[in-house]
Amino acid sequence: MGFLDYFRAEKKTSASLAKERLQVIVARERGARSGPDYLPALQADILDVIRRYVAVDEDAVRVQVEREGEYEVLELNVVLPDED
Amino acid sequence: MARIVVVTSGKGGVGKTTTSAAFAAGLARAGHRTAVVDFDVGLRNLDLIMGCERRVVYDFVNVINGEANLNQALIRDKRTQGLSILPASQTRDKDALTFEGVQAVLEGLAEDHDYIVCDSPAGIERGAHLAMYFADDALVVTNPEVSSVRDSDRVLGLLSSKTRRAEQGEDPVQEHLIITRYVPERVGKGEMLSVEDVGEILSIDLLGVIPESSAVLNASNSGVPVILEEQTDAGQAYDDVVARYLGQQREHRFITEKKGLFGRLFKG
Ligand SMILES: Nc1ncnc2c1ncn2[C@@H]1O[C@H](COP(=O)(O)OP(=O)(O)O)[C@@H](O)[C@H]1O
Ligand SMILES: [Mg+2]
Repeated sequence: MGFLDYFRAEKKTSASLAKERLQVIVARERGARSGPDYLPALQADILDVIRRYVAVDEDAVRVQVEREGEYEVLELNVVLPDED
Repeated sequence: MARIVVVTSGKGGVGKTTTSAAFAAGLARAGHRTAVVDFDVGLRNLDLIMGCERRVVYDFVNVINGEANLNQALIRDKRTQGLSILPASQTRDKDALTFEGVQAVLEGLAEDHDYIVCDSPAGIERGAHLAMYFADDALVVTNPEVSSVRDSDRVLGLLSSKTRRAEQGEDPVQEHLIITRYVPERVGKGEMLSVEDVGEILSIDLLGVIPESSAVLNASNSGVPVILEEQTDAGQAYDDVVARYLGQQREHRFITEKKGLFGRLFKG
């Protein structure tokens, strides 16, 4: 373990892990809440389509609506599996 | 016009009833006519925490069903003048609380009270929804722990969409965070989320931090709202909460580690 790793390892307390996990899940749930009602169904449909071609995880597809100035942008994120 | 305050959290067992009892008693002690209403149908407990369980004759559902009037069901607190309690029903009928019934009871209470404190049940079902629906203010009770924080965020979403104020496009429900069962020593060791962590995630106004305290169990054993135990840490922390809610400035207490002799010697 290097000198820097020592400090990093020490910083990662269980509380900071809890905080990181919360930030991720809360952001995600807020996104789902604030978006249009069809988002969850759209997300499920897109997942189905992608799965016809690639085996991806349940949470590989993320759909959210972002507001950018006057526009609403539908943002689609697909995480493809690592190639072995 | 009475102000309606819901004490809510999503998660159970975080301190809603403890907070409702303390907050209502604190408001009444400050001279405001206050009613505290138990919305936890089937799991009545506020009466025990307030020490009036033997005086319950009629309850919330009896009033809704017209089996008793509000005056017959309201229990006037013996210790604190201007404080009354409306107990929950012990019925197993989950639909016993109706929208119109709750509205009528709150309107009745508003006629001769300044504050109506609604002790919400856990969850996000009917009882919790009705407890928050008519609220002007919300005390969101949160423990420094992942599931409680997540549930509180969920509840914040409901407060901003599924309440009368939200539906009628009025000013939003004012949301206040109360962190309970806080242990500064564990926060210091990195084992527990800090006040700052929880505040950062939920990003609403922090009304107060209540330390984990044996005084809470003691007070519940004897049926006294813990705020009346003025010598205790939790009692004082709730006193600060009420004072801040009423507009006073108070420093946050009980959020740093108590230094033992050892700590004092070595931490300076
Ligand atoms: N600050 C505190 N310190 C220690 N115990 C507490 C504190 N607040 C609440 N409790 C305990 O936690 C339990 C649940 O509290 P309660 O107020 O009934 O929660 P809820 O109404 O949210 O279910 C009770 O046993 C109570 O004594
Ligand atoms: Mg309760």
